[in-house]
Amino acid sequence: MIQLDFIAVLEQWPALLRGAGFTLGLSAAAAVVGVSVGVACGWARALGPAWLQRVVGVYVELIRNTPFIVQLFFIYFGLPSLGLKLSPELASIIAMVVNLGAYAAEIARAGIEGTPRGQFEAARSLALTEWQVITRVVLPPALARVWPAMVSQIVIVMLGSAVCGQISAQELSYAANLIQSRNFRAFEAYIIATAIYLLLAIGVRQFLNWAGPRWIFGRVAQSGR
Amino acid sequence: MQRRHLAQSTLAALALLAQLGLTGTAQAQTALDEVMARKSINIAIPTDFPPYGFVGTDLKPQGLDVDMANYIGGKLGVKVELVVVTSANRIPYLQTKKADLVISTLGKNAEREKVIDFSAAYSPFFQAVFAAKGVAIKGAADLAGKSVGVTRGAIEDMELSKLAPASADIKRFEDNNATVSAFVSGQVQAIATGASVAGNMMARNPQLGTEYKFVLKDSPNFIGLNKGEDKLRLKVNEIIAAAKASGELDKMATKWLGRPAGDLPN
Repeated sequence: MIQLDFIAVLEQWPALLRGAGFTLGLSAAAAVVGVSVGVACGWARALGPAWLQRVVGVYVELIRNTPFIVQLFFIYFGLPSLGLKLSPELASIIAMVVNLGAYAAEIARAGIEGTPRGQFEAARSLALTEWQVITRVVLPPALARVWPAMVSQIVIVMLGSAVCGQISAQELSYAANLIQSRNFRAFEAYIIATAIYLLLAIGVRQFLNWAGPRWIFGRVAQSGR
Repeated sequence: MQRRHLAQSTLAALALLAQLGLTGTAQAQTALDEVMARKSINIAIPTDFPPYGFVGTDLKPQGLDVDMANYIGGKLGVKVELVVVTSANRIPYLQTKKADLVISTLGKNAEREKVIDFSAAYSPFFQAVFAAKGVAIKGAADLAGKSVGVTRGAIEDMELSKLAPASADIKRFEDNNATVSAFVSGQVQAIATGASVAGNMMARNPQLGTEYKFVLKDSPNFIGLNKGEDKLRLKVNEIIAAAKASGELDKMATKWLGRPAGDLPN
């Protein structure tokens, strides 16, 4: 006889809370580093020298055409044979950074390539250095244009972190799995985990939509939109 | 608008899940009749657990549990549909009626008895901690400060969680393959697992110098059934008792484990 018994799962709330916090922590680290990597790679692929475009192209295609869990297993189970042992947490963050970096690169590239040619020329004609052209003139409106896609990608990577439990990183899915393996309340554990993921995703999305214009691409970009 | 839509679909999904749970209850007590009526039985077996269940060179599942599944199907006179499960998901498979029986090196404990029923035991098994010769582990207390890999939700996970000191770093993995990979790649110093998994791992990786350290639990295997399916359970017990008497259980254990089944609890 199956009856839904949420109390049996909810009384494990410290584990769920820790798991949710862990998921958020992994995602925050991956988002900050991953988006930075992505923007750098996006720039390299759009405007960099030909050899760099090729190198970044290989990275982006390699990552975007293989499953995340395989990348994670490669880093955690594969790299030790090359003498590089990583904790489950660090392996998870690296896998998420590498993964998000590749997708963010394409998103950032779209934004940069969508910048009108005149904007580059105007900036250069004002004798700005190449670094200033990129960071002050091109990137802010470029990021503002692609920010919704970037936010979606960050949320996707956060939800994808559910598989990091497979290498014993103690994130939310790991907590839910552990709880259901102890009390066999599988329905309830996963329903609650689903609800928490939903809340996390909505929260992260709203936070990033709020934070983007304020901290990342500034008010200049807003007026230019 | 968008948010309302989201809330609505979430509610719908929850309602659906609850309904699934309810229809599950309506089928109680009828498993044996259903099996006989559709002339086939779904039996959950492992494929990551040699010699109990693994995939042979012909890509078909084989092993002691698979033989047992086919034996029971044969005695019932129905077709056997094998359902591949892992340690972590075998009980949910039973609860959601994706399997009528779980013959998947299932050990008996109090937590599991709350949610499913067990037949008599059909084969022997034990769990232990293994590590390289150079690692000094004589008992559970020596695990302090060491990392130990274990498959989440398996009997050895429960025992290890009880016995290991708080400073032991227990890393739980999804299935036996991941647990073994973690040990073989050096991500954990010790591994808590069943004798068969350890035996297979040691045979394939002699360079690790892995040895038996201490036993966690002797736990013969039982067949798992949904709660209240007494008709099916009694029928299965009848088949097991006959197999025990005729020496069939000993024959199976000798074939796969290299030792007879011996004295198994009912």
